[in-house]
Amino acid sequence: MVEKNGTEKEQDFNNPDNEVTSDHIIERFNGDISADTRDGYQGYIVSPDRFHEVAKVFRDELGYDYLSSVTGVDYIDDDHIEVVYHADKIVGGEGINFKVQVNRENPVVPTLVPIYPGADFQEREVFDMYGVHFEGHPNLRRILMWDGFDGYPLRKDWKEAYYEEDVKPFDTRWPGGQVKRSEADSPYGKNVSYPPDFDIDNWSPETDDSLYESLQKTDPKGKSLQTDSIVVNIGPQHPSTHGVFRMVVALDGETITDLQPVMGYLHRNHEKIGERNTFLQNMPYTDRLDYLASMGNNFGYALAVEKLMGVEVPERAQYIRVLMAELTRIANHMWAIGFLLNDLGAFQTPALYAIRARELILDVFEATAGSRMMCNYMRFGGLARDFPSQMRGEDTIKFIDDLVNNRLPQAIDELDHFLTENEIVRSRCIGVGVLSAEKAIAYSTAGPLLRASGVSYDLRRVDSYGIYDRFDFQIPTRSNGDVYDRYLIRVDEMRESAKICQQVMRDIPSEGEIFTGKPQYNFRVPAGESYGRVENPKGELGYYVVSNGKANPYRYHVRAPSFVNLTVLGELCKGHKVADAVVILGSIDIVLGEVDR
Amino acid sequence: MNDELSNPDIPVPDELQSTVTITSLDKIYNWGRRSSIWPMVFGLACCAIEMICTAASRFDIARFGMEVFRATPRQADLMIVSGTVTKKMVPQIVRLFNQMPEPKYVMAMGACASGGGPFKEGYNVVSGIDKFVPVDVYVPGCPPTPQALLHGLMKLQEKIDGQSLKSVRWYGQEASEAVPVPVLGPDLLDPRQHALLAQQAGQMPVNVDIEKDL
Amino acid sequence: MYGIGIIKGMGVTIKHLIDSFVDDMRFLGRRYYSDESLNIRQGTEGRGVFTVQYPDEKLPVPEQFRFIPFLLYETDDDGNKTDRCTSCGICAKVCPPQCIWIERSSDPETGRPIPAPTNFFIDIDICMNCGYCAEYCPFDAIKMDHDYELASYDRTEAHIFDKERLDKPVEYYASIRPNDYLVEENARAEEAAKKAAKKEAAAAKKAAKLAAKQASEQAAAD
Repeated sequence: MVEKNGTEKEQDFNNPDNEVTSDHIIERFNGDISADTRDGYQGYIVSPDRFHEVAKVFRDELGYDYLSSVTGVDYIDDDHIEVVYHADKIVGGEGINFKVQVNRENPVVPTLVPIYPGADFQEREVFDMYGVHFEGHPNLRRILMWDGFDGYPLRKDWKEAYYEEDVKPFDTRWPGGQVKRSEADSPYGKNVSYPPDFDIDNWSPETDDSLYESLQKTDPKGKSLQTDSIVVNIGPQHPSTHGVFRMVVALDGETITDLQPVMGYLHRNHEKIGERNTFLQNMPYTDRLDYLASMGNNFGYALAVEKLMGVEVPERAQYIRVLMAELTRIANHMWAIGFLLNDLGAFQTPALYAIRARELILDVFEATAGSRMMCNYMRFGGLARDFPSQMRGEDTIKFIDDLVNNRLPQAIDELDHFLTENEIVRSRCIGVGVLSAEKAIAYSTAGPLLRASGVSYDLRRVDSYGIYDRFDFQIPTRSNGDVYDRYLIRVDEMRESAKICQQVMRDIPSEGEIFTGKPQYNFRVPAGESYGRVENPKGELGYYVVSNGKANPYRYHVRAPSFVNLTVLGELCKGHKVADAVVILGSIDIVLGEVDR
Repeated sequence: MNDELSNPDIPVPDELQSTVTITSLDKIYNWGRRSSIWPMVFGLACCAIEMICTAASRFDIARFGMEVFRATPRQADLMIVSGTVTKKMVPQIVRLFNQMPEPKYVMAMGACASGGGPFKEGYNVVSGIDKFVPVDVYVPGCPPTPQALLHGLMKLQEKIDGQSLKSVRWYGQEASEAVPVPVLGPDLLDPRQHALLAQQAGQMPVNVDIEKDL
Repeated sequence: MYGIGIIKGMGVTIKHLIDSFVDDMRFLGRRYYSDESLNIRQGTEGRGVFTVQYPDEKLPVPEQFRFIPFLLYETDDDGNKTDRCTSCGICAKVCPPQCIWIERSSDPETGRPIPAPTNFFIDIDICMNCGYCAEYCPFDAIKMDHDYELASYDRTEAHIFDKERLDKPVEYYASIRPNDYLVEENARAEEAAKKAAKKEAAAAKKAAKLAAKQASEQAAAD
C-alpha cells in the first residue's frame, strides 16, 4: 500500500564511507528527533528547538543537499500544524522527509533559509497559507495573497465567501438541484467577505513602500558619477513577463542592483479547492497548473495517488504515458525557446516556427485525450482511453510514427539551425545570468536550469518512475549555466525526448488493456502520505498528498518547479542590465499557472 | 471597392455600376473599425496560450486585421480578458481598461473570465470580469479553441457593424466615466459599494453566517 | 566570419517561403477549400502554408473532442421523446467544479422518485470541459458536444443551459461520434440480449420448477 521507509538501508548503500546513519542521528539528538510512526507515514519528526542542528546534519553528514519541497499541513484535530520538508541527494537515491510540529495558536519554526536558500519562497508560502512564523527568515511577507489579507486560507477552519460544504459532491446539486449562482447569496454580489469588525471609513490600504525600501540600492557616495537609484515595476501587465508576474527592480542607471519577484496574480486556490475535491476530481485541475505541459501534470498526480492506492498500471498504458509525457516535453521546450527569442527581440518568427511544431503535437493530444491543452488523460491505474483509429484521414499509429521519426526531429534540427549560431542570440545570451552548480543546488532549482549548470540530476534517472528504465536516453548537461546553455539544454532534451518517443513507438504492445479494473468514480484511498514526482519539462513536479482514508485528500500540495526556480531569479539578475532581466526570466521558463497555483 | 460596403438602399444607374459605389458613412466607419481591431497584449492564464495560438500561423488572426497586438492600452481597441481574473489582479485590469481610449471593447475569453470558471469557489477568484468592466462578447469554453475565439471575434465584428455614428457613446455629450479601481483590503473592496460596506460594517455576516444561509 | 549564423538562419526562413510555393504547385488547386485539402495541409505530408481559413473552412475536430456537455433523447416512431437520463445523479456527483444541477422527478401522487429528470442545468461559466460526466454516465445519457461556436453578448441567462437547451437527439450524437456510438450500441444490444436470455432462462427454470413440483405433487397424490 505505502512504500517502505527505505532511508535507513539506502543510506549505507549510497554512502559506503559515511558511517553516520539515521539511527545514529536519532541517538545523537536524543529526544529531539524521532521516526514518524503514524500509519502510512515515513520520515522523522524533529523538535523545533534543535531544528537547525538537525538540518545541518542532514545536509552535511547524510548528504541530503537538495531541499526539494517545503509545505504545511493543518492537523486541526490534533491541534498542530506540521511543516513538511522533503530533501534529496543530488547524486541520486531515495529522498528523506522530516517534519516539525507546532501548535496552531502560535506556530514558530526556525527558518531553513541559511542552510537551504531554496526554502525562501516555499517558507513564505507556508507563512501566507498557514500563518507559520519562520523565525529568522530574511523577508517573511505574504507571497501569493496580498499584505493585509484577512486570515490564513489553507487552515482547515478558514472558510471563503463562496463556501458551501467541506467536501464535494455538494448536496444541493442532486436530487433537488435548483440552479443558483453563488453570487446570489452574497450581499455584495461578489466573491467577498469581510471581518465583522471591519470599518471602511477608518481603514487605509497597505502600500508597497516597505517592499520598495527593502530593495538593496547602491550607495551614491564615493562614486564619480552621481546617480539616483530608482525602483521600476515590471509587470504584472508586461509583454515579457510570460503572464501576470511582477518584478520589482532597483536600478542604478541601467544596472540592476536588486530584484524582487512579486507573484500571486494568478493564485487560483488550487490547494484549497483540491482538498475539497475528491481524488478523481483533482485530475482535470492538475491540467491547469502548468498548462503547457498538462500530460506531465496528470502523470505526477496519478503516480502520487497510485502510490497510496497500490494499483498497477497495464503495460500498454505505461508506454502511452511515457509517449505523452515526452511529447509534452517537446511541445513545452518549443514554446520556451520560441518565447525566449521573443524576449530577445526576435519578434514572432522563431516563435511561429516553434508554435507550428507544437500544434502538430497538440493534434495528437486532441485526437486521443479530447482537448488541445487540458488533456485530463490519466486515471489512477491507467488512462482514460486508447488511441483513436484515425487521425487527419490517416492511421493514428502511422501518424504518430511519422511525427516522432520525421517531422519532430526535422523541426528540432531546423530550430537548431535557425538559432544556435546566430550571432545576435549568442551575444545576448552567452555569459548572461550565470548560475553556478553550487548555487543551483542550494537554491533548489530544477530541470533545465539545474542541468545547464552542470548538475546531472533528472528524476527519470535518479528516481526512475513509470517505465523510464527501459529506454536508452542521455541526460544532457552543460557547464556554463548561462542563458545560452539553458537554450542549448532544451534543444538537447528535445532530441532525447524524440529518441524516447521513437523507442516507445517501436516497443509498444499493439494490443492490451489501458486501465486496471473497472472505472470507478467513487473510491476511498488508504490513509497515509505520499510524495509523487515526475521530471516535468520545467523541473521536478511533486505532489504531496495526505489521505485520511476518505474519498477526498486531507492535504494536496503541489511542489511547482516554476515557483521554486524563481527563488534564484533575483540572484541571477543582479549586476545585469535591465533588458537582460527579461531574457533571464525567459530562460528560466515559467508558467504562471504553476507559479501561483 | 468592397462588396459588403455598397449600400443596396440607394440605387446606382446601370452604366455606373462598375465605377461608382454608394455607401453610408456609418458603413464605411464601421468597416474601417471592424477590420482593424487592435487587441492588447494581455494574457492572464491558460486561455492566453490559446489566444497566442490564434495569432500564430495556423489560425492567423491577421486575416481579420487583428494581428497588431499592442503592448500599451493607449493604442488598443480590444481587451481580451483571457483567463482567470484574480482579486489581486483585478485593480490592474480595471486600470488598464480605464487607460484604453474609446471606442473600446472587452471580450471575456473562457469560462473563468466570463463567470469564474472551475475556480469560481476559490477565495482569490473574481466571478467574472463583468462585475467590474462592461463586457461586449463572452466566449465560453475551458479553454475555447482558437476557432472558438475567432468565432467570438466575428461576433464582435457583427456588434461593431450594428453601431451607428449617431448613437455611439464616444461622440456623445458626456465623456464616459472611468471605472473606479478596486482596492485590496482584508478582501477585495469595490469603491462603488462603499456605502453598502460602511452600512454593513457592524452587522456584516461573517463567513460562518454565509454558510448558514446556503 | 561574423554574420554567417544570421545568414544561415535566414536560409531557414527562405526555405519556408519557397516550400509554400512548391507545395501549392504540387497539389495545384487541391490545397484549399475542401475537406481533402485540410488533410493534405495538416497531415503528415503537410509543408508550406499551414493556415486554416476559418470561417470559410473549419479544422474538423476529432471524435474525442470535448466541449460543453449535452443530454441525449431518443425519439420513437410516434415522435415521442424520451430522455436517456434517469437522474441517478452520478454526473452531478463526479463533476469537479460542481456545475451540474439535477432535479429528480417524483410521482405527484405517491411522492416516490421517478427515474427521469424534471430539470437539468449546467452553468457553462463553471464547466471545465473535463468530460467526467460523459465518462462515468452508466446510461450513455450525457455526452460531450463538438459545437464550440457559442460566443454570445450576454451571459446572465444564456450561459445557464437548461434541459431544453441541453437536449439533443441520439442521431446527432451518432453523427458526431460514430465510432463511440457503434461501440455503445453494440454493448447495449449485447446487454439487452443477455438480459432477455436471463429472463428467458429464469422463466424456463420457473416453468421447469413448476412442472417438477406438479410432477412430485402428482407422484405424492398417486
